[in-house]
Parts: sequence; C-alpha cells; structure tokens
Amino acid sequence: MRVNGSQLVMEILLQHGVDTAFGYPGGAALNIYDALYEYSDRIKVVTAAHEQGASHAADGYARATGKTGVCFATSGPGATNLVTGIATAFMDSIPLVAITANVPDSLIGRDAFQEVSISNIVIPVTKNTYFINRIDDLEDALYNAFRIANSGRKGPVLVDITKDVTAAMTNFKPRKPMPLNPLPTFSKADLKKVADMINASSKPVIYCGGGVAASEAGPELLQLMDKAGIPAAHTLMSAGVIGYDHPKNLGMVGMHGTIAANKAFDRADLMIALGTRFSDRVALNPEKFGRRAQKIQIDIDTSEINKNVVVDVGITADIKDFLTQLLPLIKENGHEEWVSLAMGWKSTTGDAKSGDAELHPSEIIGAVCDMTDKETIYVTDVGQHQMWSAQYLKHEHTRQFLTSGGLGTMGYGYGAAIGAQVGCPDARVIHFTGDGSFHMNLNEGCTAVSENLPIITIIMNNQVLGMVYQWQNIFYDSRYSSTDLHRKTDFIKIAEGFGAKGFRAETPAEFKEVFAKALKEKGPVWIDCHIAKSEYVYPMIPGGGTIEDMIIG
Amino acid sequence: MEKTERSERSEILSILVSNEPGVTAKLGSLFARRGFNIDSFTASPTNDPKLTRITIATTGDDRKFNQILTQTAKQEFVKTIDIMGKKSIYRELLLLKVKADKRDRSQLKEIVDIYRGRIVDLSRQSMIIEVTGSSEKIDGFMNMMSCYDLIDVCRTGVTGINRGDAGISDSSDDEE
Repeated sequence: MRVNGSQLVMEILLQHGVDTAFGYPGGAALNIYDALYEYSDRIKVVTAAHEQGASHAADGYARATGKTGVCFATSGPGATNLVTGIATAFMDSIPLVAITANVPDSLIGRDAFQEVSISNIVIPVTKNTYFINRIDDLEDALYNAFRIANSGRKGPVLVDITKDVTAAMTNFKPRKPMPLNPLPTFSKADLKKVADMINASSKPVIYCGGGVAASEAGPELLQLMDKAGIPAAHTLMSAGVIGYDHPKNLGMVGMHGTIAANKAFDRADLMIALGTRFSDRVALNPEKFGRRAQKIQIDIDTSEINKNVVVDVGITADIKDFLTQLLPLIKENGHEEWVSLAMGWKSTTGDAKSGDAELHPSEIIGAVCDMTDKETIYVTDVGQHQMWSAQYLKHEHTRQFLTSGGLGTMGYGYGAAIGAQVGCPDARVIHFTGDGSFHMNLNEGCTAVSENLPIITIIMNNQVLGMVYQWQNIFYDSRYSSTDLHRKTDFIKIAEGFGAKGFRAETPAEFKEVFAKALKEKGPVWIDCHIAKSEYVYPMIPGGGTIEDMIIG
Repeated sequence: MEKTERSERSEILSILVSNEPGVTAKLGSLFARRGFNIDSFTASPTNDPKLTRITIATTGDDRKFNQILTQTAKQEFVKTIDIMGKKSIYRELLLLKVKADKRDRSQLKEIVDIYRGRIVDLSRQSMIIEVTGSSEKIDGFMNMMSCYDLIDVCRTGVTGINRGDAGISDSSDDEE
C-alpha cells in the first residue's frame, strides 16, 4: 500500500497489536498527529499534560498489561521531557517504544527551532536508538524497535524521525512482527549442578527479583518453593509474584525489607537469586551479603552475573525456561526446621505506628486492602509512602504493584496510574503518593479528568519530603535542609480545580468513610491523608550495613 | 565463575560492529557511563561494507573485563567482541614533526633508521618522521625523541589481528 511516513508508523503499530498510545503533539509531530487522527478508530492516543506524564503512562500501561508501551512526542523539549520516563523504564526493564519527531532533515545540525539530538541524549538509558532521516530506513527501525524492546531483558527503544520523513511517501507491504531473539541456552550440566546444590542444601533461600515477573515465572517459582521447601523473599520489583499470605513468603528483602527476609539471607547456606541484580538497596554490603551462603544467580542478562556480588554459579537463562527444566531434578524436601525458624522471624516487625498523628500509613493501606478486590492495581510514587505500600499492601499477583524501583522517580505515579487504568479499565487503580512526589506531576489530574479515569489518589501528606527528612533526622543531626517546606497547598481545591473530587482524612474512621465514597466515583478522586512527619519507615538497614545494623523503630 | 583477583592489566579488544550512524557514539557512551577506560580507540571499515572494526585498548581487573565484555556484547549493534591474545600482531602508526636544522638531521636519521622509521618530509627547520610498530616500540621511539623539540605528535592508536588461519572471532587464540 502507498503510505506516507506517519501512516507507515500507524500501520506498523497495528501490526504489533498496539491499540493505545500516549503522547503530546507539537510542530514537528504534526504529520504524525494527523495520522493519529486518521487512525483514531484503531489507535487511541491519550494526551498527557506533559510529555513526562505520557512516558510514565506508557510505562505504567506496559507494566500493568504486559504489552509494549508506546509514547509520542515532538522535537526539542517534547523529546527531552520523555527522558526521565525512558530512564525509569530502562532501570526497571520495561518494554517501551518512544517515537519522537525531529525538525526536517534540511535543518538538522543548525540549531533549528525545537531541535535537539534526542537519539544521542538517550543513548545511556535505552537498549538502542534510531535517528531516521531517510524514509527507506523507517520500516526496519520500527520493526527492530519492537523486537529489541521485548527480546531478552526488556527495555526502552527510541525512534527519532525527521519531519520530512513523516511526510515522505513509500510503499508498505504489511508483515508480522519480527520474531524475538532466541532465549539463551544453558547446559544439562548447569541444570544438574544447580539441582545438586539445592538438593544438598539445608538452609536454602530464594532471592526473587523483577526478572521472575518479567518472564511470568511465578507459577514455577511457587512449585520450586513448595517442592524443595524453600522460603523466598522478593525485591521491590517482584512484589506480588509470591502471594502476601504464602506460608513461605518472607516478605521484601533489603534496606526497608522485613526482619525475616534479611535474617534468612544472612543465615542461609544457599541463596538462589532469580532475575535480580543484587542492587545496592538489597545487597547493602556486597562483601557481607548472604555471607554464609553459596550463591546461584540466574538472569537473562549475562552482564548481571557477578556484576555487583560475585556468585558461585551464574547461569544466563530465562527464569521460566530454567525453572521449568530444573523442577524435575529437584528432590522433595520440607526443610521443616529451617522454614519454621525463618518464618518465625516474621513475628518481629518494624514499628508500624511510629508517627504521633491519629492516622498511620499502615492503617490507610490496611483499609484499602480490606475495601478493594484482588484485581486492584496499586501504583506508587517514590519515597516513604512507596516503602509503606511495599511493606503493608497485600500483594496477590504479578503486575499488581507498579513502582519506580531502579531509578526511584518521584512523579512517576500519576502518569503510570493513568497508563494502568487505560490499559486495565476493569481493574480499579489506586495511586499512593506523598505530598512531595505528588507536587511533581499532579498536573496529570487534567488527563485523568479528560479520560474520566476512576483512579483514586491517596496522598500520604506529612508536610515534609519524608524519606530525606527521615535520613536527615537519623544521620544529619535533624538538620532538615530543604525538606520542611511549609507549603500551604490545598489538595482538595486543586482536585476540584481540575474537575476531580477531593476528600480529606485525619483519622482511620474518616479515611474509611471517604475511601468508601471514592470507590463509588466514576472519575478521579484525591484523598488528602494527614499523617505525621515523625512517622518513619521501619525496619531500616542503612546503606553499606548488614542485619546487625538494622533499626527496628 | 571462580572468585577473581583484583589485579589490573591491559588488554586489546577487537569489536565488530554494524556500520551505521551513531555506533561509535553509542560504544563511547557505554564505556564512559560504566567507568571503563579507553587507552586507545580506532575504528575502520572491513572487507564487509556492513561492518566496522573497532579496536580498543583498555585496562581493568578480571571483574571489570567481565563487565566490559558482557555489557558490550549485549549491545544491538555489536556483532562480536574478543580479547586479543598476547601473540596477536599489533601495530600503531606514528607521525611526528620535530624541529631539525642542519646540525640535527644526521643524528635524527640515525635514530629513525634504528627504529626502521622513515623521514617522509623535510623542511629547512623541521622534518616529519613516520614509524610503524607495536605500541611498545613507538613508546621507545618517543622516549628517544623526548630530548628534541617536538612540534606535533600524532599516533593512530593500536589495531591488531591474530596469527594463523582463523578469523579473530573464530579462534580462542591464546586467551587464558
């Protein structure tokens, strides 16, 4: 068929099953947006308030649905506004295709109006980038972008197209998406070695990372835990892979992880790390992390093996593929004594009510869990509320908890919640945020209203930038530099200003009452929850520390 | 993988990449952001017009080399990456302009001959010398020249190829 460059983009999106995208129009993107208008019956484009919101929405859409997130932006500032969202997706291995329009090729390199070399800017935070200034290169670049974003360790790809190419005519013969790169192969000997180590261990523990969620290996993981009697702890990125009430779920491991998980990692004689990078928020002290354990690391990305912590056995493999082949070699074992010892440590917890206000985050989150169903999707911003959400939410399944783990992007939440709600209209999206994070991107309130999305935003408002405030209290002699801001923001008025609903809660009873009202709303609702700035995230192991350094509260 | 030592060493990497725009920027960016050293970097066409050969001299310990190899290998545009063995053949080209009047010329000619170099241009007050060889040989020559008044020094950086019938990526050569 005869199409122009912009129509070609649409046709290729359709070939890849894309029916939803996020973005913001602009001068260089006029042709692309004209094609979006033409294809609006097949591709819905959600327009954000700011390109950063669009990039987080595409990311949240991808995390919630498992599909590829797609976002559009114009040249210059439109493109640079995507960078934080692209970097967020890169650090958490989320498949994203970002399509930007650039100035016409005749103006490239002349510092034209709204010209920026976005394909160079995002090199360190993408799996690959394409700068397309010839129509003949566009088709291959887009097909490759989808292949690369979804192959192996997933991640973002950027395609930057000059405006003249978006108008240039070409022929397109529809073809199916390219096959994904083959999964890495591993030997029978590798499998046997791992099975032997597991079968010989007396105190094994599983260290479950985001790669387990990415490869949809939850069921196989549960089988391994069950068959071999292995307790497991999850990272922030894999909350939900193991049900919160699973009898061998130790909870989250790391800086703000459970006592049980961190203690079990310290005492174990075998650690099986699945799809995880031993990040500095988990392996706080890489020399002493799991110091009594032999370590096995399975990851789809070879460069993660031995990167942060040196392991005894490292195997490059897709987690689901590896576990499926490993399971038949595993001997049934209860490890009853070890499991009951490790799970017994769960009875000690951090202080869940350290603040001196009437309303505590643990009560807010508890009420949300009691009043919502299993299909609910939880999205967070970054900071204390994020850790409380990780700790107290009753995670039930994969793709239920969306959070910026690697990059720690404050302002991620509202955009991501919009993407998740657009992608999963039958699930309710609850967005947990803090007053600090929410101030960054609450402008997306207008998008939630335009799209009539019933997202409930729960603002844990302690009037300070709580996580940094907590560190300043503990490590900087209470010198609260730029964290106690005396803002007078009235979130209810802002919500109403956007055309959304706003509620306030100062006690657990008030929260339950307004949350029940919020659940009945058809559009966006904000709930301003007044908590204390003396409310800290516990337990806590300071950076570089070990279980011995843990602060319980 | 065995627990590794932390002793620094130098190695030459031979990397075959797609011949497409932005590849050297992408590779340079990767080395910069991961904290890998680049002691020398050369890029040139190959017998296949779709491929470019990049040769990088770098330093690190075992753990760093493991990262350099795996992080580079996973890039979409990288076809192969190899650590060149000690027995491979390496060459570097030096072009050097040195102040030389009548009195210096014969002395310089003598040094250039010892290093099997050539004087490729001669002016009244200067000469241009070309020397090809291993980096060590060029270093040695530069050491000899340090007592002269140098105007410009241009070194290409090292490139290399392995001995025998096999291509660079077809043999394990004499890697450890």
